[in-house]
Amino acid sequence: MFADFPFLSILTLLPLVGAATVAAIPRAKAELAKMVALIWSLVVLVLSIVMWVAFTVDSSDRFQFHESYSWIHSWGANFTFAADGIALVMLMLIAVLFPVVILASWHDVDQSRRSAPTYFALLLAFEFTMIGVFAAADVFLFYVFFEIMLIPMYFIIGSFGAGQKQYAAVKFFLYSLVGGLFMLAAVIGLWVVGGHTFDFEALVKAGSSINTDTARWLFLGFFVAFAIKAPFFPFHTWLPDSGGAAPAGAAALLVGVMDKVGTFGILRYCLPLFPEASRWFAPAALVLSVIGIIYAALLAVGQNDLKRLVSYTSIAHFGFIGIGIFAFTTQGGTGSVLYMVNHGLATGLLFIVVGMFVARRGSSLVSDFGGAGKLVPSLAGVLFFAGLASLALPGTAPFVSEFLVLLGTFSTHKPYAVIATAGIVLAAAYVLWMIQRTTQGTLNPALDTLPAMRKDLSLREKVVVAPLILLLLVLGFYPKPVTDVINPAVQKTLQDVGTQDPTPTVADGKAGR
Amino acid sequence: MEPVDYAPATGVLSSIWLLVAIPLVSAAILLLLGKRADKWGHWLGVLAVASSFVLGLIFFIKLGGLSAEHRSAQLSLFDFIDVGTFKVDFGLLFDPLSGVFVLLITGVGSLIHLYAVGYMEHDPGRRRFFAYFNLFVAAMLLLVLGNNYVMLYFGWEGVGVASYLLISFWYTRPSAATAGKKAFLMNRVGDAGLAIGVFLMFSTVGSTQYDKVFSGVTSMSATTVLVIGLLLLLGAAGKSGQFPLQAWLPDAMEGPTPVSALIHAATMVTAGVYLIARSNPIFTANETLQLVVVSVGALTLLIGCIIGAAKDDIKRVLAWSTVSQIGYMFLGVGLGGAAYALAIVHLLAHGFFKANMFLGAGSVMHGMHDQVDIRRFGALAKPMRITWITFATGWLAIIGIPPLSGFFSKEPIIAAAFERETTWQAWTFGLAALIGAGLTAFYMTRLFVLTFHGPARWTEENKHPHESPAIMTIPLILLAIGSVAAGWVMSTSVPDWLTPVFGEEQAEVTGVLSHTVITILSLVVTVLGAGLAWAMFRRGTALEPEPAGIVVTAARRNLYTDAFNEAVFERPGIYLTRALVYLDNKGIDGLVNGLAAGVGGGSGRLRRLQTGFVRSYALSMLTGAMLVVGAFLAIQLGWLA
Repeated sequence: MFADFPFLSILTLLPLVGAATVAAIPRAKAELAKMVALIWSLVVLVLSIVMWVAFTVDSSDRFQFHESYSWIHSWGANFTFAADGIALVMLMLIAVLFPVVILASWHDVDQSRRSAPTYFALLLAFEFTMIGVFAAADVFLFYVFFEIMLIPMYFIIGSFGAGQKQYAAVKFFLYSLVGGLFMLAAVIGLWVVGGHTFDFEALVKAGSSINTDTARWLFLGFFVAFAIKAPFFPFHTWLPDSGGAAPAGAAALLVGVMDKVGTFGILRYCLPLFPEASRWFAPAALVLSVIGIIYAALLAVGQNDLKRLVSYTSIAHFGFIGIGIFAFTTQGGTGSVLYMVNHGLATGLLFIVVGMFVARRGSSLVSDFGGAGKLVPSLAGVLFFAGLASLALPGTAPFVSEFLVLLGTFSTHKPYAVIATAGIVLAAAYVLWMIQRTTQGTLNPALDTLPAMRKDLSLREKVVVAPLILLLLVLGFYPKPVTDVINPAVQKTLQDVGTQDPTPTVADGKAGR
Repeated sequence: MEPVDYAPATGVLSSIWLLVAIPLVSAAILLLLGKRADKWGHWLGVLAVASSFVLGLIFFIKLGGLSAEHRSAQLSLFDFIDVGTFKVDFGLLFDPLSGVFVLLITGVGSLIHLYAVGYMEHDPGRRRFFAYFNLFVAAMLLLVLGNNYVMLYFGWEGVGVASYLLISFWYTRPSAATAGKKAFLMNRVGDAGLAIGVFLMFSTVGSTQYDKVFSGVTSMSATTVLVIGLLLLLGAAGKSGQFPLQAWLPDAMEGPTPVSALIHAATMVTAGVYLIARSNPIFTANETLQLVVVSVGALTLLIGCIIGAAKDDIKRVLAWSTVSQIGYMFLGVGLGGAAYALAIVHLLAHGFFKANMFLGAGSVMHGMHDQVDIRRFGALAKPMRITWITFATGWLAIIGIPPLSGFFSKEPIIAAAFERETTWQAWTFGLAALIGAGLTAFYMTRLFVLTFHGPARWTEENKHPHESPAIMTIPLILLAIGSVAAGWVMSTSVPDWLTPVFGEEQAEVTGVLSHTVITILSLVVTVLGAGLAWAMFRRGTALEPEPAGIVVTAARRNLYTDAFNEAVFERPGIYLTRALVYLDNKGIDGLVNGLAAGVGGGSGRLRRLQTGFVRSYALSMLTGAMLVVGAFLAIQLGWLA
């Protein structure tokens, strides 16, 4: 009944209007600005939920909520929005995470010289670019959102971050810009060979006629941009700097949502537009992903900074998403998309909880903690839960996605899957060692003298973590509502790539359940 | 092998999910209510497990009422995962095998919960303890009740995390935190193996559900069966503390003693035996696989005995004893055929007598200010009458004195080992099991004599040992009754009961020695081992360990397995991570930074990044972008021309 409602354009613009409104609030009325930002993000959430309900799961149309408005006629660029199941779950993740992060960042700016309305306006502006990048169905529009999403995050890190924030912000900007440059080249190339259009669905149809070499170069252009964004090994070194310097809430958004643009982009653009090139590059992408899983996990073990540690765990997780995508199986692909959602929730929670520790301690160094569980048992419990979700314990949502990714990869690429499975041991190592060094053992006397370290979860903090914990548990036991939405879009993508799931080697009539 | 088919759950049996749900809900309540539940939380914990036990008993009786060929109840609660051809039910299976495990877990579990009410009375974290304890019971029940390997894995990792939480329950002690982490990590190595095994099953038969997998075994190649089996064995070895993943189990004794009794003796550590017994169609299908399982069992049972004989910490002796006894169970399930049921009988009997002795050890510690060094005990028989008598039943049971339970459960496994078809294997494994019996008698008698008899060697603060309160002694008495009677009761009834799972017992095989000779031999080595220990230790022992020969020193150091792990895995691992951190900061970052600068604007001025002139860089990049656009347009014009 809502099928004709212009969900996507309204959803995209709503936070932009919100950002302008919040920015207009004078500095002195910081509390009002926060309240407006929170309510605004909640309205976006409500609208997203309505859209989720309106989405028809078993429709033959991959893309729904299709809208198109003329933009640059001579280039064939339009404001085209459409969402498939993959985009829909990402939009839902964004809608859930932003209010949580806004509430979690409530006091982040209070102590600084910076303006609170600006900070919250930047968060909403960031939400606008994030929704836009996932809702776009026009390659040029996607590119524009891909580039402008850097701007709010650049200012968030550079102005509101900690430590080497300027260095981190510039590094973040440059890396992304380099990636964007590759993509721009590829976008233009695609326009040239794809029949002078930017419309995604038209380009997919034209894709098969592109000659093999050109398609491989164009694939590479997109892939490099996305591999930097995701990030994949060896393009990852900007992330620990950015994640370490950004305010914890913004870091949650950075790895929880923004980095997913990379893996989403590979699934949405690289695979259907350049099927042959995707198959040709798959071994290389799989190797980079597997290296990323092991390498980043080992680095996470060796970190002494909580936020950098969580950043490295994310790089390892992106390796899992990578192998799932390039395994070209339904389980791998669906697992990867589900992984993007679950990782957003789990690592989002982890960053937010780490932020709560850092705010109390005034330091993000692991060695500045020790025995904190004695002082803040509930907070330590939430950190432990977030850690368990991060190591993909059954009962939490990430288990399902990690299991699907590994199972799907195993059926086509056994050696990669076996090496990647070793990553689950390393995941246990970095999570548990971090837990041990921060919350267990003898109490660090320095903590005892800090009054803030004696305050356990406040009501606001409970409201922040509760929805994430709840979602992680519910999706850990019953992921079907989400996988049912993702599945058709993944299967369509794999059709575009031209691969089929392997059949069981021992096929008897009853197999399959 | 006939196709495996389970009957759907009907009537009362369709409520089997309550077994898992009740302790799970109780755990959630205890965790969420926090301090508000401190006053009554432990009673809720006991009640939850006791209710599961009563329900389990009802279901068990109901199951017994079904005809033998339909004696199973399979229940699908909801679709857990449904992606492409990969479909996993959140499904449960209550059959004779899971039935006996449910009774063991909830029955022994209830007694240990009750005991823990007294044992943890003065601990400020008692409510938290019961929350974790309930969580463990729920996960363990899911492990044995799942009807597919994904559900098993679900419970498998669930008990792992509950075990972690309980080992490091006193988390402010660095040793407890380290032991918990070690347990989880070594378990995860096994879990990774199990997971790969599940992937291989799916890619081979397209399902992970027991009946589908087992029915597909006949069509699998021998190599596939072997690989799946070895991967499952790796998982089993991790969970059950078998070679080469045994090192975590003794360290797990850092947890409160009821934890050691329930998780690290009676139930969780036997999950590996359950896994192999459940997967019996896979293991039976490949002789090489069975030989590996038997070898792991035989090797581990000897390792456990040898190290156990050299330890002075009462709980660690018992822990190594557990490692050794599970070795016997692995030996049993590896032998296959009729020995599957024998292993399960031993597992159940062990559940009683080992829980009994662990709780007995806890009772001793309770009266001795948490002293654990058996060199500082002695002469406790008089001040701790009940503990002494109940512990004695456990001791006589484990060393296999008739008519106590160990005699009925362990001796048949030794006999079965002597019945292996290949002669050298019959002698090797038979003798290993026999020598193990002698060593068991030695170290258990040493433990018993040093603790309860001989001269008192108490420390200054322990001058007044006392018996534990009734809430602790009543479970001890009940478990003692189990230690005495369980073997005789179960020795024929349980194998009969398990026939639908393991198949009909084959015709009597004649081994290299007759059964009577083996019975006599095992009694002789037992009496010799026990007598030797009694003679050596009845006058007590030195208060500190004395210098010893190579064998004893090696045994005291866990046969250097910990040193091996440290030298081969831990140290190189630490160096590797340090080297990588350095490499990532200097090498990769520098390289990619340079590359980025090269592409972006040809500038090598990255060191000035900190100054933050983003605009100039952006501008130079924009120039680059324009150049690329120009190039493309030129190409297009070229084509057009």
